[in-house]
Amino acid sequence: MNFFGRPANAGLAPFQQAPDGLAHADDPASPQSDVPNPNAGVPDTAFPDAAPSEDRRPDDRRLLGGRAPDLLHSAGFRFAMVYAVLLAISAAALALYLWWATAGLLDRQTEAAIRADVQGLSERWDEGGLPALVLTIRERLEQNVDDDAIYLLADQSMRPLAGNLRAWPEPVSRADVLYELAVTRAGQPALAQVQRYDLPGGFHLLIGRDVQARAKLRTLLTDALLWGLIVVAVMALGGAFVVRSLFRRTLASVSATAAAISTGDFSRRVRVSGRGDEFDQLAETINDMLDRIGRLMEGVREVSNAIAHDLRTPITRARARLEDAALHAETTVELHAAIERATGDLDGIVAVFQALLRISEIEAGSRRSAFTEFNLATILADVAELYEPLAESNGLRLLLDTPANVPVWGDPEMLRQAVGNLTDNAVKFSPPGGAVLLSARAAPAGVEVTVADQGPGIPAEDRSRAVERFFRGEAARSTPGSGLGLALVQAVAHLHGGTLHLEDAGPGLRATLSLPGQLVTELSS
Amino acid sequence: MRILVVEDDKDVGGFVVRGLKEAGHVVEQADNGRDGLFMAASETFDAIILDRMLPGGIDGLRILETLRAQKNSVPVLILSALADVDERVRGLKAGGDDYLSKPFAFAELLARVEALARRGKAEGPVTKLKVEDLELDLLSRQVRRAGQKIDLQPREFRLLEYLMRHAGQVVTRTMLLEGVWDYHFDPQTNVIDVHVSRLRQKVDKPFPVALIQTVRNAGYMLRAEDA
Repeated sequence: MNFFGRPANAGLAPFQQAPDGLAHADDPASPQSDVPNPNAGVPDTAFPDAAPSEDRRPDDRRLLGGRAPDLLHSAGFRFAMVYAVLLAISAAALALYLWWATAGLLDRQTEAAIRADVQGLSERWDEGGLPALVLTIRERLEQNVDDDAIYLLADQSMRPLAGNLRAWPEPVSRADVLYELAVTRAGQPALAQVQRYDLPGGFHLLIGRDVQARAKLRTLLTDALLWGLIVVAVMALGGAFVVRSLFRRTLASVSATAAAISTGDFSRRVRVSGRGDEFDQLAETINDMLDRIGRLMEGVREVSNAIAHDLRTPITRARARLEDAALHAETTVELHAAIERATGDLDGIVAVFQALLRISEIEAGSRRSAFTEFNLATILADVAELYEPLAESNGLRLLLDTPANVPVWGDPEMLRQAVGNLTDNAVKFSPPGGAVLLSARAAPAGVEVTVADQGPGIPAEDRSRAVERFFRGEAARSTPGSGLGLALVQAVAHLHGGTLHLEDAGPGLRATLSLPGQLVTELSS
Repeated sequence: MRILVVEDDKDVGGFVVRGLKEAGHVVEQADNGRDGLFMAASETFDAIILDRMLPGGIDGLRILETLRAQKNSVPVLILSALADVDERVRGLKAGGDDYLSKPFAFAELLARVEALARRGKAEGPVTKLKVEDLELDLLSRQVRRAGQKIDLQPREFRLLEYLMRHAGQVVTRTMLLEGVWDYHFDPQTNVIDVHVSRLRQKVDKPFPVALIQTVRNAGYMLRAEDA
């Protein structure tokens, strides 16, 4: 039976146990108090710089490209701080582990040695009582090669009976606590770790180890770790500033581009580094967006120019007719005729306006909400049916070649108008005796609608411009039309995520409207 | 016929009112939304021509919705500068029977409003249409003139049916495109004329009296005597 009656593991974690405040009071390396300090110091040193700038006007912070936004509101700084704090936390965790594996290990060894001593002495007491214990203590002191053992046996009034301490150390008053204190051993001041045991009969036993050497090691280690942490903190802070400047430099291009565009320079694009990273993806997305906006703006400009130039002519004509009639018409019949012609001119102008508005309505993309799945073959048959009498009266054959079912996802009205416009052109420009072929077929990427005629076609150099608003080729000048038909077809094709392709049918023109079935479905969902 | 014109623009309103009166109709006019709603709700009309954007706090669609909420089914033609497909759909959803966008030709407006007013009076479903000696049977889908059978393509049949349902009225090319072909945009070339002339070949040419008349600057009309 163990008379010491002490919990077996009570001393296992000495520095977590010290309830009296004495044990580690002067220990500079106590991890709880000192290790986190370098971390805490990082924000402390950084924020004073930021604080005075808080009263800046808020619009200073909007753009990164110009002046630096104040630190608290800089995303770059926040990212950098997160980086610094993470680095400091991992450094602290590493330091804690090093501490536990070195100084902590020594502590645990000392404790184990004391426990082994207790075990041995306890057996001796059981076997031979006080004299055996005194003898054993003396033996052990003599055999102690390392000269670090501390024993003291005292009587009821704390007078030393045996051991290598001159007097019972004053602070050691409780039996279940491991004390660390300065003692004088063989005339030398030393640091000791000791524990008190109360024996039956009022005797007291003090068992301990001299930990002077270990304490020195611990101080060294603590210093090294502290310095290490300071270095880490400085590096983290430096790293943070590097991260922040990288961040700012990357965003500066985006920001500068946006600023340049907002002041009117639309040719600017965000620089793509070519690394293919997230910033490159962002830059590419922004550039795609800018290209799209640019195309839309180009469209608007085109339309304004077109209105300025192409509508001026019929308006001038209508105006001239009316003014001429007002000045020179001599009979009511002449007057009526002039007014009627001017009204016709105005109707033409209105038709052009409506076509233009329809094209921009389609280009705006809002009609996508009306998309539905339908059979394109029906649309083609409808159009063919509508134009067949006209073709016949022009001496043309209108041929229809489609499978029974061509499912398409889109706006049936729009596609009917697109196919109608293509057919209209084909019938209009074909010489008598020819044929116009309307066909639809499933292509690898979707559906292809082709309208081919045997007319004069469009010269290769004009083909790309034929879809522009108001463009009219040489062959078309003498025929009625606004020059908006193909532009509308192209707008419908784009609305459906498809393309309009014009090619030489030798002789004639082949217009192919490709609708990527898959993509169209995706666009709608 | 008694027609209410709700239009705030003095020139357009005056022009429409004069034209309708010349065509032999009794016309009332309101130049703001409140008066328009009051007149439409308190009096009986054969048709209403309704502008959408009106002063007086009540716009055209509100008038229309209020009328329809009161189970008033007077035929309404919406006349508006809002010409987008979406606006058109909104107008028809609110209870409009027809939608004509500005600018418009008076002949078109007159033809449409007369067609509407007559449709409002149509009694029950018809199975047989008859104009002079021309008969069209909607059930057997057969056409006879002076007892002689005429063979028509399905679309020609529908074209003739439309003309016969509006016999004695002007039918514009746009009305035919919408009513027969369900097209809601103008084809660039006038394809309708060719269809009508084809129909004439079958319906009119073999017979002494022409029934399908061309109305200058407007469209077509099915009736006995020459225009």
